[in-house]
Amino acid sequence: MAAKKPSAKTTPSNVSADELMAYYRDMLLIRRFEEKAGQLYGMGLIGGFCHLYIGQEAVVVGLEASAKEGDKRITSYRDHGHMLACGMDPKGVMAELTGREGGYSKGKGGSMHMFSKEKHFYGGHGIVAAQVPLGAGLAFSDKYKGNDNVTFTYFGDGAANQGQVYEAYNMAEIWDLPCIFVIENNQYAMGTSTKRSTHSPSYWERGAAYGIQGEEVDGMDVLAVKAAGDKAVAHCRAGKGPYILEIKTYRYRGHSMSDPAKYRTREEVQKMRDERDPIEAIRSLLLTGKHATEEDLKAIDKEIKGIVNESAEFAKESPEPHLDELWTDIYAELEA
Amino acid sequence: MATEILMPALSPTMEEGTLAKWLVKEGDTVSSGDIMAEIETDKATMEFEAVDEGIVGKILIEEGTEGVKVNTPIAILLEEGEDATAMDKASEQPASAPVPADKEQSSETAPAAGMAHPAPEVDTTPDWPEGTTLKQQTVREALRDGMSEEMRRDDSVFLMGEEVAEYQGAYKISQGMLDEFGAKRVIDTPITEHGFAGIATGAAFGGLRPIVEFMTFNFAMQAIDHIINSAAKTLYMSGGQMGAPMVFRGPNGAAARVGAQHSQDYAAWYMQVPGLKVAMPYSASDYKGLMKTAIRDPNPVIFLENEILYGRSFDVPDVEDYTVPFGKARIWREGDDVTIVSFGIGMTYALEAAEKLAEEGINAEVIDLRTLRPMDTPAIIKSVMKTNRLVTVEEGWPQGSVGSYISSVVMQEAFDYLDAPVICCTGKDVPMPYAANLEKHALVTTAEVIEAVKKVTYK
Repeated sequence: MAAKKPSAKTTPSNVSADELMAYYRDMLLIRRFEEKAGQLYGMGLIGGFCHLYIGQEAVVVGLEASAKEGDKRITSYRDHGHMLACGMDPKGVMAELTGREGGYSKGKGGSMHMFSKEKHFYGGHGIVAAQVPLGAGLAFSDKYKGNDNVTFTYFGDGAANQGQVYEAYNMAEIWDLPCIFVIENNQYAMGTSTKRSTHSPSYWERGAAYGIQGEEVDGMDVLAVKAAGDKAVAHCRAGKGPYILEIKTYRYRGHSMSDPAKYRTREEVQKMRDERDPIEAIRSLLLTGKHATEEDLKAIDKEIKGIVNESAEFAKESPEPHLDELWTDIYAELEA
Repeated sequence: MATEILMPALSPTMEEGTLAKWLVKEGDTVSSGDIMAEIETDKATMEFEAVDEGIVGKILIEEGTEGVKVNTPIAILLEEGEDATAMDKASEQPASAPVPADKEQSSETAPAAGMAHPAPEVDTTPDWPEGTTLKQQTVREALRDGMSEEMRRDDSVFLMGEEVAEYQGAYKISQGMLDEFGAKRVIDTPITEHGFAGIATGAAFGGLRPIVEFMTFNFAMQAIDHIINSAAKTLYMSGGQMGAPMVFRGPNGAAARVGAQHSQDYAAWYMQVPGLKVAMPYSASDYKGLMKTAIRDPNPVIFLENEILYGRSFDVPDVEDYTVPFGKARIWREGDDVTIVSFGIGMTYALEAAEKLAEEGINAEVIDLRTLRPMDTPAIIKSVMKTNRLVTVEEGWPQGSVGSYISSVVMQEAFDYLDAPVICCTGKDVPMPYAANLEKHALVTTAEVIEAVKKVTYK
């Protein structure tokens, strides 16, 4: 099973105006939510580490468009976008960021450790690349049960140099696990550029060593991501084993809130924002294709602003967890 | 509405900073993402971006000001069409600040230390009722029976590890299981501990009940991140939504003549971790009964076995569904003169010492902890209240040993009952040597246990 050459550009599948509007809305929700999270961090309401997803929105929104009910997802600590894209409540996510009772983990997980059994979101993992074998394991559970669910296992270009990624690739392929390995290549592992961290910068091609097919995808183009996602999902659902998507993306902000990002120029960031912004691209596609008017988009902007403000208010007002919570959820009780 | 822009916290530890430079001036229009100022934190100079759109109405803190506290208003942002009068209103509105923790709340679960200890409640019911038919079984057979019975009972249980299937187990624990359960449920892995521990943990998140065999626990050090960070902590980090019901098992501690890298006892390491349960049985009946309990437990369980014990035979009840609860010690020998506490292979030294001491008229009470987390400390305390002396026995290293934990519990809960300092008999504080004579000396010995008992009984 030889890996193929990267396709020059995946042809966007036929998408309806409604779908385009939905992508615009979902990406904008992530962007505005993250900006608000940055603001709350600045106010001291969010503590510790906080890794924003701004710039990478097209990756999760495009792939979620390929998912069906029952599919699973797991990612690293840069996880807010994934949670919003799979339909988790912005209020519960924001309240977890502020460490409050109303958060998804009752305030005990924080920005990097959030989960939703209901939405099949398995974290939020703070150890770089740990989620990769875990994701393969989730896929293992579905194969064992004999259903056609797939697992989206997200990790970055930094994690792609960890040994356990390749241990997971090897087993995923020999056991034909329905796992889509999604490499979100934003070009910087904290402050180390891919140019300095590897001499084989085409990460998806490493799958060939294990017999896993894959391809490179333009991660600033939500339609390209969706098309690639459809292909990968079809491959996995058909029982053909894992698939690798290396999605080229870019984060506008620092690695975390306390990163001054001196390892790249302001011009480099500005150029991406001006020329490749995934939200602006869909916005102009909607307008030029006359799928929406300025007024339609303004209405969405307003709706999103309302949702985000509501989540921030909830996150401020939700009480801190009761001290008794310190001692709960350490062990599960045996069901009678 | 005019909004105040507050001095931001730009690192987890920042309390104040220097407003190094304004990159906007009063009257400028800004939109979300525009850089407004440079701020020096304790770590670096950071750019500070606008979050909302608007017009810079007033700059409240001059550039170059040092020691600006986080959350101090530094500028006022006006909405399009607003004039300066809106600024007064803005400054009247209190800036949002974190809600302080309610100091009135109290937690009642912290144990009271240093109190005189009432005799603890201890479950002393025997493991099997009198008259139960017993059969002789090796630890190896008992383990296999325990796993196989649970796999017959629950389809979601599967066994994964190196050489568990076609090779029939590196130590023949899983002999015959591939034939009975098939390749779907008895799974050979490549040599890839970190990877398959992670895959098994993910499978547990996904609703299965994996049993992970490590060929020995020495190799599990490559996988310990998944055991602790992924399996043990997820229930807590998810606020109780999901956890990892699974068993990590395999031989632990010294075997014979395999040197430093294959001879470590991990009991004290895993015992330290909240979220894990830890079993380290000695007898075949406990291997079987505790394994069945471990597989049914909805939490990750570390099951520490011993290669030397695999071939030893013990009485095992010949009943349909024999289980042993976690957190219940077994008293192998009753006595009044001294309490000897051990677990796993340590029990061989404890029991041998007790037998020899009895010949000299010293009657030792010998307690097998069986599980280290939860640990039946009430059984230890109750016994010490009777004997007033305690010796612990284990093969692991002395610093941070299981015995040192037991010693601290006994000191806090039964100090007044002790007639002598607790002695912890442990392996020596050295990597395991290869030479036969050195290896024997590096482990704990029966002679050392006898000597310790004589010391605490002043004989």
